Amino acid sequence: MSKRRTERLLSIVVLLLSTRRYLTAEQIRNAVHGYPEQEDAFKRMFERDKEELRDLGIPLETGLNNAIDEEPGYRISRQDYELPEIRLEADEAAVLGIAARVWQSAELAGAAAGALLKLRAAGAVGAAGAPGLDDDQQPRPGIEPRLTTAEPAFGPLWEAVRDRRPVSFSYKGQGRSDVTKRELEPWGVVNWRGRWYVAGHDRTRKATRVFRLSRIDGPVKMSGPARSVTVPADADVRELVKNWDTPLPRDHEAVLRVRAGGGYGVRRYAKTVTPDGDGWDRITVQFADVPWYADHLASFGPDVMVIGPPDLREAVISRLKGVLA
Amino acid sequence: MSGSTRPVTSAERLTRLLALVPYVVTRKVVGLADTAAAFGVTERELVDDLNLVWCVELKAPEPYCPIDLSYEGGEIVVSQAESIARPLRLAADEASALLVALRMLAEVPGDGSAVARLIAKIEAAAGAVAAASTQVTIQIDPPNGREVAAQVRAALADGRRIHLRHYVWGRDEATERDVDPMRLLVVEGRTYLEGWCRRAEGVRLFRLDRVLDLTVLDVAAEVPASAEHVDVEQGLFRPSASDERVELELSVPARWVAEKYPCESVTEIGDGRLRVVLLTPDTRKVRRLALRLGEDARVTAPAALAEAVRADAAAALSLYD
Repeated sequence: MSKRRTERLLSIVVLLLSTRRYLTAEQIRNAVHGYPEQEDAFKRMFERDKEELRDLGIPLETGLNNAIDEEPGYRISRQDYELPEIRLEADEAAVLGIAARVWQSAELAGAAAGALLKLRAAGAVGAAGAPGLDDDQQPRPGIEPRLTTAEPAFGPLWEAVRDRRPVSFSYKGQGRSDVTKRELEPWGVVNWRGRWYVAGHDRTRKATRVFRLSRIDGPVKMSGPARSVTVPADADVRELVKNWDTPLPRDHEAVLRVRAGGGYGVRRYAKTVTPDGDGWDRITVQFADVPWYADHLASFGPDVMVIGPPDLREAVISRLKGVLA
Repeated sequence: MSGSTRPVTSAERLTRLLALVPYVVTRKVVGLADTAAAFGVTERELVDDLNLVWCVELKAPEPYCPIDLSYEGGEIVVSQAESIARPLRLAADEASALLVALRMLAEVPGDGSAVARLIAKIEAAAGAVAAASTQVTIQIDPPNGREVAAQVRAALADGRRIHLRHYVWGRDEATERDVDPMRLLVVEGRTYLEGWCRRAEGVRLFRLDRVLDLTVLDVAAEVPASAEHVDVEQGLFRPSASDERVELELSVPARWVAEKYPCESVTEIGDGRLRVVLLTPDTRKVRRLALRLGEDARVTAPAALAEAVRADAAAALSLYD
């Protein structure tokens, strides 16, 4: 079935690209091999074919040739179909090669490969007179970014933001084991410090919200038609995620004793370091909030001791007692 | 595409055919083997594609074959391509996949002029569908790594050796070494120098936001021919046969551990608590992790590690007596 279908779809593309006039379904049926005699079966098949062509991004136009036509026809505008002329310099071709390898996920890795193929086909790279993508011939810029999308929610959320559709999903908040049902108008997907987030208008909470993709539980479902989500003009999705996930400013000061030759993770940020006798240094350092910094200091075990402030000292002692509890 | 057992759909094949014809046309004549490699298909599959294109026949108004081609002697020539001599425009997914990746590249410090020019060209070629790409943003921003990243890029470009002082979190140590740079990697939002470490005599990754000091030396880098790139395709945390297994019980405030660290298994054990089995190349990391989690986590195996964590905590507490 597949080969005949491919042949039929290809014939339709060639036919409709070659005509300036709109061709009716009947005219297409007469010109193309493979459609059935039976009228209903033909109509069903033709509808599926049109949908498939449009899904591939083929700009199938519908219209009437003149006022007396009763049935609309179809054509493909060559200008809308064809990839415009594009030529790359050698350094641009090298960068393109890197960009095409960035995505590690099925969804967009395939799309990047498809784009590369079209650009090669257009002669932008790899044709006579155009630079190649062969590693041997290129100066290697030596940069290899990678994007992984292990979260199954990425694919449907990308489609939702692309097509501006609302979605619904179940969500497990941070440090929670219970799941809540959410309905979201997604404004954008952000990768921040290696993690994927989606931000938008949460219809359930009637407020702007950020969700981490790895905490979405189960499938993401489209809950409305395409183009039904409006992204506010002033929405800055990157800022939303950043504010949601950024540590507080370091505006407290701690005084610590740090064992000589240890506690490098603290020393890196030290404001002052003075020897304190017996193989210890006295260090002052800025920190943001007590609970987080107490966790951090506890991780150094017997290499770091808190002198002050008292609440930080108590918090570290309580962590350490917790380990022994 | 290749390597997958899933049959190719007619849509995927049509996309390939619509690229294949212009691919040959722009090159005038091209070998079967090269073309098959470029499209990720076997030569046999390619010949099937060519036959299919060649067989296309329109019945009306007069029967004719719009596309004429040959592949005699292993050389493909398309003598008549009619309306499909140019490739189809980029689809929204295709344009976005490239543009999002390029904007991520543009964030890496250093000379980005080729990236900027390429972004402009792809945006122009893609037209309206390029707009969807702005819905996805990538932020790679180790603020204290930016200057270091620019230095590493310069060293890579000039083929020079690097001297660096680097913080090893798991061991809480600063180490010094000479490194011959191989690549700058950006993985999971962080930037790494991959290089041949002359101290360890092996390929190592160094997280740039943990570089304490970096000097580009006036010495040519010498990466041995035997040095192999680290395989980062599946992410950085890849279990290795030499990893140790550590079993932890986590209460609700420590559940994030299961998201952040590679776990062999994660089991709900009631009241929101989890039992996880972590794989780690260095149990000192887990020791530090357990200390910071306090009462929210318990190492349950191996027993020696559980004991070491308790000993660390007791020694630390004795400082306050």
